[in-house]
Amino acid sequence: MDLINLAIKAIFIENMALAFFLGMCSFVAVSKKVETANGLGIAVVFVLTIVTPLNALLQNYLLKEGALAWAIGPEKAAGYDLSFLGFIAFIATIAAIVQIVEMAIDKFSPALYAALGVFLPLIAVNCAILGSSLFMVQREYTVLQSLVYGFGSGVGFWLAIIALAAVREKMKYSNVPPGLRGLGITFIVTGLMAMGFMIFGGIQI
Amino acid sequence: MDKQTKSILLDPLYVKNPITLQVLGICSALAVTTKLETALVMSAALTFVLVGSNTVISLLRNRIPGSIRIITQLAIIASLVIIADQIMKAYLFDVSKQLSVFVGLIITNCIVMGRAEAFAMANPPAKSALDGLANALGYSFILIYVALFRELLGTGAILGHELLQPVKAGGWYSPNGLLLLSPGAFFLIGLFIWVQRSISPKLQEEA
Repeated sequence: MDLINLAIKAIFIENMALAFFLGMCSFVAVSKKVETANGLGIAVVFVLTIVTPLNALLQNYLLKEGALAWAIGPEKAAGYDLSFLGFIAFIATIAAIVQIVEMAIDKFSPALYAALGVFLPLIAVNCAILGSSLFMVQREYTVLQSLVYGFGSGVGFWLAIIALAAVREKMKYSNVPPGLRGLGITFIVTGLMAMGFMIFGGIQI
Repeated sequence: MDKQTKSILLDPLYVKNPITLQVLGICSALAVTTKLETALVMSAALTFVLVGSNTVISLLRNRIPGSIRIITQLAIIASLVIIADQIMKAYLFDVSKQLSVFVGLIITNCIVMGRAEAFAMANPPAKSALDGLANALGYSFILIYVALFRELLGTGAILGHELLQPVKAGGWYSPNGLLLLSPGAFFLIGLFIWVQRSISPKLQEEA
């Protein structure tokens, strides 16, 4: 039950894009068409679901203070705190996993590979991915919780980017003031969407 | 100053601003700007990382193999961010707590990667450092603008000094809470882009 709550929280209340502004660059840049937005969204869900629990493993069994207890015994392990290496370890995991996932998809499902296309390599530098790992550290999630949290955040991002892309497709038919065209109006629309998503903040779970 | 140096230094401030025109580094611009103090610290941290990474990557540009350049760049950037993070934890602990994950997210701040790829990989160190500095300033400019309005209109104070006395404290100003929440930041940047592009119609996009 806690895990379901965690997922709902990650998807709606603490939406990666609209509440924490993570992954904004690709969120704004790749939301001109629903189709491409969908591709990016699926890729994000995919990578987040794999990377967050992996980084949780690293954090809980290698980097955290006293985390080496399984290898050298709790007394000795208490003196080691490698958490300052977190950033570089997480980003290396992310870059490596993105590369592996890309090769695996290319081999086993060329159709999906063609659909995801250029978005997969770009994901390595999407802040939503690193962000969810850093939130995992800050909130001290276990490996299982991180799996659910990673999946939930991915779905939240997917929902938000498809919604924005749908709005932007329709906006082609409206007469936007020249100075606001493109980026400007996208920000205003995202702001309105963020206001909508704030409603979920009232949910108690 | 010759023409090229001038354009490296001045373009990112306005006509090629990283946030409002290159669409880079938006996440942190929105997230750390509820207060001017955090925005200033974040700008300083980004300036350090961006100047450092542009210089180092530019020095190594002829030795980095093309096929693994992304991960090499990420390793350099991540190391610089770790340094910045440790310094902040040591000397500015409160602010570093408020910035939470966003210091770490400088690693994936698209400005840093974007400038490394687009400029430092192809230009000598001195110019790259200058390009890094200029882009960091362009970024800081937007951050300070957003934070100034969010803090002033959202709480009535700037850097903790009360300028508009809020109703709760017996004054006349009723703080606009919306600006402290995420939508406020989106609106402020949207409005900035509108003003900027109305002043310089050259920068406008086709729908």
